[in-house]
Amino acid sequence: MNIGVLVKPVPDPEQYNSITIDPETKRLNRSGVPTIVNPSDKCAVEAALKLKEKFGGKIVIFTMAPPDGREKLMEVLAMGADEAVLVSDREFGGADTLATSYTLVKAVEKKSAESESFDLILSGNESADGATGHVPAQVGEMLGFNHLSAIVQIVAEGEGRPDSLTVFQKIENGKNEFEIKLPAVIGVTRDINKPRYTSAMGVIKAKKKPFDTYDCEALSPDKSRIGIEGSPTKAGAIFTPDTGRKSEELSGSPEEIAEELVKRIKAIGVTINSGGGCRE
Amino acid sequence: MVDFTFTEDQEMLRAAFREFIEAEIAPHAAKWDADDYCPVELWPKMGEVGMLGIFVPEELGGAGLGHIERVMVIEEIARHSAGLAIAVFTHHLCMGAILDGASEDQKKKYMPSLCDGSKICGLAVTEPGGGSDYMGQKTTGVKDGEGWIVNGRKCFITNGGPADITVCTAVTGQDDRGRNQLSCFIFEKEDEGFGPGRKEHKMGLRGSWTGDVIMDEVRLSADRLMGAEGKGAGVGMKAIGEIGRASMSAIACGIIRGCIEESVKFANERVLYGKPISKIQAIQFHIAEMRMWYEASRLLTYRAASLKDKGQPAITEFAMAKGFSVDMSVKASQNAIELMGGYGVMNEYPVERFHRDALASISSGGTTEIQKLIIAGDTLRAFTA
Repeated sequence: MNIGVLVKPVPDPEQYNSITIDPETKRLNRSGVPTIVNPSDKCAVEAALKLKEKFGGKIVIFTMAPPDGREKLMEVLAMGADEAVLVSDREFGGADTLATSYTLVKAVEKKSAESESFDLILSGNESADGATGHVPAQVGEMLGFNHLSAIVQIVAEGEGRPDSLTVFQKIENGKNEFEIKLPAVIGVTRDINKPRYTSAMGVIKAKKKPFDTYDCEALSPDKSRIGIEGSPTKAGAIFTPDTGRKSEELSGSPEEIAEELVKRIKAIGVTINSGGGCRE
Repeated sequence: MVDFTFTEDQEMLRAAFREFIEAEIAPHAAKWDADDYCPVELWPKMGEVGMLGIFVPEELGGAGLGHIERVMVIEEIARHSAGLAIAVFTHHLCMGAILDGASEDQKKKYMPSLCDGSKICGLAVTEPGGGSDYMGQKTTGVKDGEGWIVNGRKCFITNGGPADITVCTAVTGQDDRGRNQLSCFIFEKEDEGFGPGRKEHKMGLRGSWTGDVIMDEVRLSADRLMGAEGKGAGVGMKAIGEIGRASMSAIACGIIRGCIEESVKFANERVLYGKPISKIQAIQFHIAEMRMWYEASRLLTYRAASLKDKGQPAITEFAMAKGFSVDMSVKASQNAIELMGGYGVMNEYPVERFHRDALASISSGGTTEIQKLIIAGDTLRAFTA
């Protein structure tokens, strides 16, 4: 079973206070902010590793990122993935989810043409920074694969390469059960598993695993569908809402102030008990 | 030129171990200290991520890396739990002695289970007469046909309670000048007459088991003698001198780093006179001192480890690293307490624990005075014009 996993480096949530928004371009300025592998993408890698343990095959990781994204791919290779592809070119910069999905699809198609086709594409349901949840569905549509999002469980039964998977989707008051025919794209949430720890042996092996970098020339994309030009999402005005609280200063003797306070509290519908405490 | 940077692989390893430690160790460190509980259930997990066999050749179940990476493991654990760090390094200490002195059959028999954490081990050398009087040990090993009968009592032995495998030194004879000759023996938990005695209650480095190990007429087969008869002194001393002191240095580095991290966090959050106390110069001086002590301790520690990885003698370098970094960890933890005022002595914050851990580290692997004797001896030889 050949599985592709889409992985995104995102700013470390513990450093969110260092992220600024460029008022001109309305884009996040992440420079200098340490990144981590998007947490739900790590769960997707873990899900892929579990499927590989049962059915065999290989796992290829794809990420679209600046050149320093290599470091995060090494981390995922150290978890146990077999190969990695870094999709990186200045022309891909500024992409929204649609242009990102298109670019990743081009990379998946190129990798499929070079070796074997993929039975399954996994990704985190959404990224910790953008959190749109668009990519799994968009990638599924563009590849012409079945696709499902918000998956919290994948049931892998039987022997040999499966034709379909039973999956459970999280909904507000429970779960939906689906049987999804392969090839498919599945977006998983962080509830699906606890990713394994990276081992020392994993780190040692990571550097010896196949690693490709695809630039714009390698993918030969339709340039009207990549980067800023290929991104229909346009950020509107950015402003900081006024979160200040209305305040008023009461004057008079302590008794007068207390009387005025009681009057105002009663006016908003709160009853004051003589035994102490309040009730509405 | 001297390159003081870690390799990309080493940085990746540190990040990987940090992730494990922050999830599995940091949240429990205060409770282990309060309960003086050694979390033996973590051994298989630490084995799985490669922390136990990090410096052991791959063919024996390890990761095949070196002492820089091993020191890194100990420093990262000690950032949160110096108590567990000393238990893990004692495991390394025994493994180092086996690697250095055991036969190939013994290595194959014991090392895989020590690497994967299914078994815990320790090294028992110190006796009630004092660890520094190394050759004056009273434990005896007497030939009994093909095997041996061992009697004695070891004290202050880390992992003495939970260890499945313990390497002990014993006097097995005297040389022509009447000086003791030591041999190393491998004990298994099930050996009749062998087992832990009294558990000590330490002020710091709690979360590791420390106490007596008793050998009462323990009969061992010949294959439990580790290395040649009468040649065990060097094996034990080398393990203590290189793995033990390297680890105590790494623990001290971890303690200092923990103090810096807690101090910076506190100084940025604690507001006094309308501004964070990190804006006050007196507080900044405390932090700057800790940073200098940390960087200097780290340089000494990792330089010594790199020498060992290159196969060069490093006894003096480890003595310098141990003596200096432990002294600095005592000062740094006191700085952190002073910086935090009343909060510094409350167990709600870890710095009081760090201070107890730093003080308890002074004697392990030899006091600062013992390190100075080693350093002075080498200096008087090496710096002769």
